Amino acid sequence: MHALIQAIILGILTGGVYALMASGQTLIFGIMKVVNLAQGAFVVLAAYLTYTLFVQFGVDPFASVLITTPLMFLVGMGLQWALLRPLHSDDVAQLSLLVTFALELGVEGILSFTYSTTLTNIQPSYANFSWTVFGFQVSLVRFFAFVLSLVVLAVLYLVLKRTKFGRAVRATVQNPMSAQLLGVNAQRVSALGFGLGAATAASAGSVFGMLNAFNPGSHYDLISRLLTVVVLGGLGSIGGSVVAALVMGVASSVVSAEASPIWSDFTFFIVLLLVLLLRPRGLFGARTRGAL
Amino acid sequence: MKALLARIGVVRAVVFFGVLIVIPLVTGQIGWVTNTLIFTIMYAALASSWNLVGGYAGYPSLGHAAFFGLGAYSIAIIFNGSVYGGYLPFVVLPLVAIGAALISLPIGWVAMRTRADVFAIVTITVLFIAQTLAFNFNTVTGGAQGKSVAPAPFDVSTYNWPFYYVMLALLAVAMGISLYFRKTKIGLSLATVRADEEKAHGVGVRVTAVKLIAFAVSCGLVAMVGGVWAYYVGFVYPQFAVDPLITIGMVLMTFLGGRGTLWGPVLGAFILVPAQEFFAFTFGASELYLFAYAAVFLVIMLFLPRGILPSISDRLRKKRAAANGILRDASDAASAVSAQPAAHQTGVTR
Repeated sequence: MHALIQAIILGILTGGVYALMASGQTLIFGIMKVVNLAQGAFVVLAAYLTYTLFVQFGVDPFASVLITTPLMFLVGMGLQWALLRPLHSDDVAQLSLLVTFALELGVEGILSFTYSTTLTNIQPSYANFSWTVFGFQVSLVRFFAFVLSLVVLAVLYLVLKRTKFGRAVRATVQNPMSAQLLGVNAQRVSALGFGLGAATAASAGSVFGMLNAFNPGSHYDLISRLLTVVVLGGLGSIGGSVVAALVMGVASSVVSAEASPIWSDFTFFIVLLLVLLLRPRGLFGARTRGAL
Repeated sequence: MKALLARIGVVRAVVFFGVLIVIPLVTGQIGWVTNTLIFTIMYAALASSWNLVGGYAGYPSLGHAAFFGLGAYSIAIIFNGSVYGGYLPFVVLPLVAIGAALISLPIGWVAMRTRADVFAIVTITVLFIAQTLAFNFNTVTGGAQGKSVAPAPFDVSTYNWPFYYVMLALLAVAMGISLYFRKTKIGLSLATVRADEEKAHGVGVRVTAVKLIAFAVSCGLVAMVGGVWAYYVGFVYPQFAVDPLITIGMVLMTFLGGRGTLWGPVLGAFILVPAQEFFAFTFGASELYLFAYAAVFLVIMLFLPRGILPSISDRLRKKRAAANGILRDASDAASAVSAQPAAHQTGVTR
């Protein structure tokens, strides 16, 4: 019982970080109808940026979020402008998907060239510190990673609900055509949206580097988990992806504790297959929107 | 006119395969020629197989490398100890194909309930599952240590030849099936699936059946190629047998040559694989090749999204129309055609 509750706590804390990554990915899908396969690579890229900032300049990993997030926001916008916007063809959706796949591999290639493929980890002085609450271990890094994710998600929520840009985004998600007719600049919304997606990946990446050992190939692992989360939550639904991330975080952590860590990977695949069989639009997905 | 075109097609095929059959006999002892050609033909066969699903049906599968690995592991596991004279691994290939096709049916059935993006997600997940299994299912796959195939007892001077000719035969089979699809109702049904699946279903096309046929045939072919590959290289490691780069190779070559065309995937492979070998030779096997691969991919997507062959035939058609003095009508027709991608992709480009 104790182990189970411990696993659930761990799962919720980890799930929060996944929620952050997945919210960006589902946002990009909502706006552009593109499944961004490079989201995992963005996370790993941000983790390496944080690593460099920490090792070379001694910047605290949590503080470096303030650097990596705006930086990746700009990188995301640049990539959208350079690689996704010029696509004009019969099947933009398919091409965009493959472009993000290429992007993913390209990022992996650059990272393995610059940093080599050995596993690294960001180890600040407080890395192994943890509290004991009612007999359960809560690691400081995981706790603050969770808090950080909540803060960034709250900011994202406020941006989407309270700003003019946010209204344009929500309008585009609901009905791109009408949004454009009402004067929403689709190009700008797409660019900013892709930037926001990359930015969430960046803030998650900074803490990801402290929670896990990673190498340039880690993005495969990440993307398969993220895809499960966004499909489970319903593609395009940010709230859904947050719930799904917490569910999957707990599920995989419990399986990992009760069975074996190998099976925790399979939890994701099995859930994905079940969702697609039983409820292809996910928990909170709109019925006809998007690809399904 | 049609008969003439058909004859040109036959001549092209005869010349193409004739030259490839003669090359090893001429170059003889020069190992690197046949070695490079084996990999080129391998990717041509893989891309042609992928084209059945990704090109004709318009379902961009990212999971085909899983079936490549399945074939590779099948051969490696069966012939771990001995290859029984050397030719038996080639003889059992059809069985491997049938096995892989049967396994692919339920996967395809689940995956093809979804369209474009989500289909890509599901198939890439299949790839990850296969990779995880290959790494962790130690008793069967040997885990990270991999599996080895017993060495083939072929004569040293012509060691590559059996692999070469079997690969070439597989390419011929893949292209033959591709041609058969084009000539029969299956291809037509796939074209309707690609254009508008709902409508196709509405007018009575058996969409699920043709999709599954294309998927299973494609996966079976890929598994056979994987089997020959495993026998040729002799070692099957999980990271190379179930490699996202193999998937990317198939997709990239098909896109470069032209999706939904007979010769496009082959052309793509004959351009990219030698180029890749050349880069690997000059840059060494550093991690930069991954970046170079991605860069080539992006360039193709951005500047040649429809592939070489469709672009060329488009240009030819325009020129011919101009020569006939009906340029205006042709451009009208062209814009009408491009508004209807299906008619465009299926009807005109051979």
